[in-house]
Amino acid sequence: MSTDLWVWLAALLTFCIYSFLYRDNPVYKAAEHLFVGVSAAYYLVIYYHNSVLPNLARPLWAAVTEGQHGNFILIIPGILGIFFFLRFFPRGGWLSRWSIAFYVGSGAGLSIPRTMLTRIIQQMQGTMVSFIPTQAWRTLLAEPTIWNGLWLMSVPLAAVGVLCTLSYFFFSRPHRGVLGVTSRIGIVFLMIGFGASFGYTVMARISLLIGRVYFLLSDWLGIIE
Amino acid sequence: MGLFERLMHIDRRIIFLCIALAVLIPFIFPLRLPTYVTRRVKDVYDRIETLTPDDPPVLISIDYDPAAMPELQPMTLAVLRHCFSKDLKVITMTLHQAGPGLALDATSEAAEEYGKVNGIDYVFLGFKPAIAMVIDQMGQDIHRAFPEDYFGTPLSEIPMIADIHTYDDISLIVTFAASAITEAWVAYANGPYQEPVAAGCTAVSATDYYPFLQTGQLFGLIGGLKGAAEYEYLIGVPGRAIIGMDAQSIAHLIIIVFVIIGNVAFFVQRRGAAGGGRRG
Repeated sequence: MSTDLWVWLAALLTFCIYSFLYRDNPVYKAAEHLFVGVSAAYYLVIYYHNSVLPNLARPLWAAVTEGQHGNFILIIPGILGIFFFLRFFPRGGWLSRWSIAFYVGSGAGLSIPRTMLTRIIQQMQGTMVSFIPTQAWRTLLAEPTIWNGLWLMSVPLAAVGVLCTLSYFFFSRPHRGVLGVTSRIGIVFLMIGFGASFGYTVMARISLLIGRVYFLLSDWLGIIE
Repeated sequence: MGLFERLMHIDRRIIFLCIALAVLIPFIFPLRLPTYVTRRVKDVYDRIETLTPDDPPVLISIDYDPAAMPELQPMTLAVLRHCFSKDLKVITMTLHQAGPGLALDATSEAAEEYGKVNGIDYVFLGFKPAIAMVIDQMGQDIHRAFPEDYFGTPLSEIPMIADIHTYDDISLIVTFAASAITEAWVAYANGPYQEPVAAGCTAVSATDYYPFLQTGQLFGLIGGLKGAAEYEYLIGVPGRAIIGMDAQSIAHLIIIVFVIIGNVAFFVQRRGAAGGGRRG
């Protein structure tokens, strides 16, 4: 059994949080509030030491003391950063909108083209190419196994799945005739997707429990190595 | 109240207890259930296996918080051990504000096991906020995104990374994340810079990243504790993931049984209600 006070505290807090599974209670609430408070303080320190100091304070100090005058440009983002905190003051609160506008504008400008490329153009390209599964053919011919055969079949199946699922979300015509058939197939693909997601979610949640049980049995009780 | 009706109204705490026992007992009485390696995990292993000590360093981004630690820490350690066992140079960093402690722990633990020295064999860059902007800036100059390492040493004074400036100087990137940070690596490092990216993720988010595998935007994927166990199996160093797989399998079996019982009870009850309705 551990002789480390922090391990005992971690074990105690684990039980406090899991007590919620029985019912909501003050012990759970206390642990929850402790977690929120500690996280906020931890994040503040992390941001200060990993961002404010190396990316703003030290370069500005170098600009003053070592003549690195190029670093004075950092005064602009520094001021914009201070504007964020003016939200706490009614008179100067409007200045925080400048910072938000800059942040949103630069963020959108950076992310829109990249997201278009990653999420839409390359995905469309992948779907089109998957109608001609050359790589899967090559792999199957080089190594003719059942799994490689199934892979070959799965490649165009993904493309069919995309088209049928998209047809389900086409609402400008009633889902009858050909559109009715494809949209029904689309529902099947959606259900398989939801099922896979649910299965993975169960696996993830159990993994978290495994992590805690492992901690309790090894670090705290020392029953397993 | 009939059997099926009682099953439909079973106290959820009984289910919690069953799951707790299903996880607890295999730890005390291990079953050593077999596992197998999937292609997506093998792809990551194979790509790292092709690298030599003379190749540019591997960038490992440890982008998760303690909540995701049970799933992601074992796979992070496994990949780090693989890199260090092959004497590859490694750069680690984190884009999650809760990640520095975990990233430092994982890097130091694996480095110590293989006698690797900070600044010579590996560098830990620490944390930077604004995920997209950091990844994008690293493509232009890593030294601007991270002027100094986690311990405050300027990168220009660290021999291992002094001449590493852009993604061209990096062999590949492996990101371990429980959030959309993986997508950011794909969008900002793979998209514009064509840098090979692999991901380790929680099981919850694994299905989100399969489309990136098909298009080649990710060259491999390690999903959840199962993926971590596969990687541990590949490198021949059993760790927490392999130990946890017994509990995972038994808990899944229990859940499958509950799902079947729930469905059977539901349909039997519905049939009974329909029959009763007709009679009435």
